Amino acid sequence: MPEMLLPIVLTVNGAAVRVMPGTTVAAAVLLAGSTTRNSVRGEIRGPLCGMGICFECRVTIDGVPHQRSCQVLCTPRMQVATS
Amino acid sequence: MTSGWDVVIIGAGIVGTSCALECAARGLRTAVIDPAGVGSGATAAGMGHIVVMDDSPAQLALTRWSQVLWRDLAAKLPPEAEYEARGTLWVATDEEDLVEVRRKQRGYAAAGVATEVLDSMALAEAEPELQRGLAGALLVPSDGIVYPPCAAEHLLREASRLGAKMLEPQRVIAAKRGCVRLKNGGKLMTRHIVNACGAEATELMPELPIRKRRGHLVITDRYPGFVHHQLVELGYIRSAHSVTTDSVAFNVQPRQTGQLLIGSSREYGAEDATINYPLLQAMVQRAQMYLPAIRNLQAIRVWTGFRAATPDKLPLIGPWPDDDSLILATGHEGLGITTSLATGKLVAAALTGEKPVIVPEPYLPARFAQGLAATEVLHA
Repeated sequence: MPEMLLPIVLTVNGAAVRVMPGTTVAAAVLLAGSTTRNSVRGEIRGPLCGMGICFECRVTIDGVPHQRSCQVLCTPRMQVATS
Repeated sequence: MTSGWDVVIIGAGIVGTSCALECAARGLRTAVIDPAGVGSGATAAGMGHIVVMDDSPAQLALTRWSQVLWRDLAAKLPPEAEYEARGTLWVATDEEDLVEVRRKQRGYAAAGVATEVLDSMALAEAEPELQRGLAGALLVPSDGIVYPPCAAEHLLREASRLGAKMLEPQRVIAAKRGCVRLKNGGKLMTRHIVNACGAEATELMPELPIRKRRGHLVITDRYPGFVHHQLVELGYIRSAHSVTTDSVAFNVQPRQTGQLLIGSSREYGAEDATINYPLLQAMVQRAQMYLPAIRNLQAIRVWTGFRAATPDKLPLIGPWPDDDSLILATGHEGLGITTSLATGKLVAAALTGEKPVIVPEPYLPARFAQGLAATEVLHA
């Protein structure tokens, strides 16, 4: 029997989100119903390319700003903040 | 095709647009022409630091007057010009620098510029990200920051409101004796021609004592509050004065967006816009010496631009002796944004015969008209 995959819990803007291992932070942010960042002029932005090129999915992860959420996998107790 | 202008300004950078506004304000029939549109050359490449500099009495007079003009203009600038009176901190690393801080403070005071000396602790409090153990700094609170391309657009808009005309983008291939010839075969007849082409001024006038001095800038992602003032090392002056070698100096500016501009570098003999990576590395390492945590920030873009450097570190503003119709407004090196407003007023004064607020002689191109080679002067 394959090893059981247990969901992990992280927070997006303080709210708990439950995802399966291997989920990207970008997906967790979408599950939480949030967008990722605001442009200089305040327009909302979200993941566009999903492959680390467009930089539109940047969020703050565990206090480190401007992380590309589509390139980072969720880990337990991770704290994600969007703008 | 012939049209009669009082003045045709070649170059729609911040200097050209400032000249246009001052000429139009005096009722002169004014045209501006630029192959690439408004604010596209050094105006778009520079930092936009409005700074009083005291390398020489003439430089101090010009930058001080300009700084006051910027503060007067600030209320009228649109939000996108991002003017902020952040102040400059001239950072001192050791006792020798502190002697320079006090000398600088006396000179500024004599010119009516209030400053404040910060000791090591006060500096650490004002800018917590700075390396600990620095000797202190001179704070010039009245210095400012602006986003130059939008400031140039504003000046041009105001000039247009007063009747100046921005002509269709077109390259000028010759400009002398009251005639401006365009690449498309067109021709403009005018009483006066203003060469405000920055480092490209020599394309029309190869005889000008101007050399291109390339600079690099880095811009980071947004980190609001990382630094609060424009931070410049006191050694900047030594670096800026070195005329023979490539040099870098610590010069970091907080933008309104929370982004940081990281400079600066100076190079002669580099005529293309490519990036000199070893020099860029030295520049960033210099910034890391002063701001260690800058290594954790993400840079998003690097670019180069060209300063118009003269042998005596002063701009060329006023009539060119060999041609009654030609007025120069170039050679500002790293101070073109700061001194653009005063330059416009000096040019307009030269055209109308009015007496300017400061004596124009130190900036007159006539100082180079004879014996160009014999004028390698440095103000230390």
